Amino acid sequence: MAEKTLLKGNIALAQGAIAAGCRYYFGYPITPQNDIPEYLSGELPKIGGTFIQAESEVASINMVMGASAAGARVMTSSSGPGISLMQEGMSYMAGSELPALVVNVMRVGPGLGGIAPTQGDYFQATRGGGHGDYFNIVLAPASVQEMFDLAIKAFDLSDKYRNPAMILCDAVLGQMKEPVILEEKGAEAPPARPWALTGAKGRKPQFLKTLYLSDGEQEAHNLELKEKYDLMRKEDVLFEGKGLDDSEIVIVAFGTVSRIVKTAIQMAGDEGIRVGLIRPITLFPFPVEVVRRTVKKIPKVLVVEMNTGQMVEDVRLSIEDKVKLRFYGRPGGGIPTPEDVLREIKVTLDEKGF
Amino acid sequence: MKKVFSRPKSLVDCQTHFCPGCTHGTAHRLVADAIDHFGVREKTIGVSGVGCAVFIYDYFAFDAIEAPHGRAPAVATGIKRVHPDKIVFTYQGDGDLASIGTSEIIHTANRGESITVIFINNTVYGMTGGQMAPTTLLGQKTTTTPYGRNFRNDGYPIRMAEMLATLEGVAYSTRVSMHNAKEVLKAKKAVRKAFEMQIADMGLTFVELLSACHTNWRVKPLEGQKRVEEEMIPYFTLGVFKERKEKDFL
Ligand SMILES: Cc1ncc(C[n+]2csc(CCOP(=O)(O)OP(=O)(O)O)c2C)c(N)n1
Ligand code: SF4
Ligand SMILES: [Mg+2]
Repeated sequence: MAEKTLLKGNIALAQGAIAAGCRYYFGYPITPQNDIPEYLSGELPKIGGTFIQAESEVASINMVMGASAAGARVMTSSSGPGISLMQEGMSYMAGSELPALVVNVMRVGPGLGGIAPTQGDYFQATRGGGHGDYFNIVLAPASVQEMFDLAIKAFDLSDKYRNPAMILCDAVLGQMKEPVILEEKGAEAPPARPWALTGAKGRKPQFLKTLYLSDGEQEAHNLELKEKYDLMRKEDVLFEGKGLDDSEIVIVAFGTVSRIVKTAIQMAGDEGIRVGLIRPITLFPFPVEVVRRTVKKIPKVLVVEMNTGQMVEDVRLSIEDKVKLRFYGRPGGGIPTPEDVLREIKVTLDEKGF
Repeated sequence: MKKVFSRPKSLVDCQTHFCPGCTHGTAHRLVADAIDHFGVREKTIGVSGVGCAVFIYDYFAFDAIEAPHGRAPAVATGIKRVHPDKIVFTYQGDGDLASIGTSEIIHTANRGESITVIFINNTVYGMTGGQMAPTTLLGQKTTTTPYGRNFRNDGYPIRMAEMLATLEGVAYSTRVSMHNAKEVLKAKKAVRKAFEMQIADMGLTFVELLSACHTNWRVKPLEGQKRVEEEMIPYFTLGVFKERKEKDFL
């Protein structure tokens, strides 16, 4: 059996990036993700990589863009305000079809906010976040093991689709320690990138751009991007499902809060209440199908988030209007207790429609 | 017969979208000339800023990318760190480099990235219709300084070549002009030197080219050149502000 190592989430993520073949990191300090740049600033130079502490997140994402354009696996990480500053660059990267990993260890907002765990950036992450008609691939780990595994997965998906990928997590996942198996499972060798800018030696010059001015060119480009998003929805949805066949109620929750939900589900089980769980792992593409299928059998849904209601919109869009759906959220760094969730489970079951 | 003048190989044979007589075209030629001169077309990667010269990928016969407005030096940093053996340059206007992108140019210069920066100072935002640029001269009328630039409201025209020369990471910083043939020849030398020093990996090289935007200045092309000579040069002094002689320093 593979050996287990006790690791902090942020470090596991950084190790996952290295295992995925990422050798370039550009970033700007912000809590609660500083372990990532601190760790990589020590490791990357040892393995022929490059670490730059950029002058801002605006510069970071544009360095990422340059390195990606040059054909490298590359990443950055940040939190809240820093991720906001990266949105223009991410829009350009989606437009010029450049892969990279952007990690958001979320902090509270709006504004500077505190570093307490939260899930308030769901909309920003899953709706593109910057200007224009695009999406990021968004992965939501719920354990330190997944911080490692999904870092690798994110690079692979990002390359598969030539599109930025984001890992959306929070201070709980970044800071806590858990045993991890550091297997490079699924890590594909970074694929060849024939489109990369490497100098026009023995081939025609290549360019990467987002500005299309000829008649219909921009529309065609946007439709091509849409085809990629549709393919993601078809081929790369990830979720964890539990008790989806024989429960009285199903909870949808992602990331940190899904762990609390699991405890509440056990407590409910002890009282004889059968509760199912859908934990989206890809937030974009959202696991629409499993939600739709499940509520056909279990027409009572509780969505729990650490915000005032964001993913709940995607759940609502996945199901018919008449399905009973309740939302329970704690924003601003508030963390629900298993007892809170258990209470909500009971309320949802009791309520005679709303 | 000896051929004395022809199109550089690095320049695509096509019509440009520049206004007739615009010195962006001249500057493109100078860059292509330098790339050809050093025989590095197949290892050159250009980064355009956003401005009238955003389309460099249509006009140059080498790899290129369009950066977000002002961020070309950061994009170039990423490229150069992945390909230290390639020739990387940015081509930026004064709005792009001296306003929205000041942070990126200063820190890229300060890190001493081995890239070349071609900076087109035409005292206006050409592409967006002639608004005030950070380089707009005092008293100069633009579409957003209809009464002329007033330092109390708008600050002073910024001298980038001098400012960047103060940074240790900069190997070469110069300001040249393109308002007549003689000056264009000097500019050609400066651009060549900038690329030569990049090839020698000496640090960031910066060439500010005084340019006319006669369209937004609302003058005829020749009057535009005259204005560069008579109004810009007295404020934007031509010269070399820094030239490192050796690769390693400090
Ligand atoms: C973030 C952002 N803000 C504003 C613009 C609009 N814009 C495009 S070009 C430009 C100014 C270009 O002026 P300059 O850099 O001097 O280039 P020139 O056209 O004069 O050569 C502006 C403000 C933009 N593209 N992106
Ligand atoms: S608007 Fe000015 S800078 Fe732009 S192409 Fe025309 S003359 Fe040149
Ligand atoms: Mg300008």
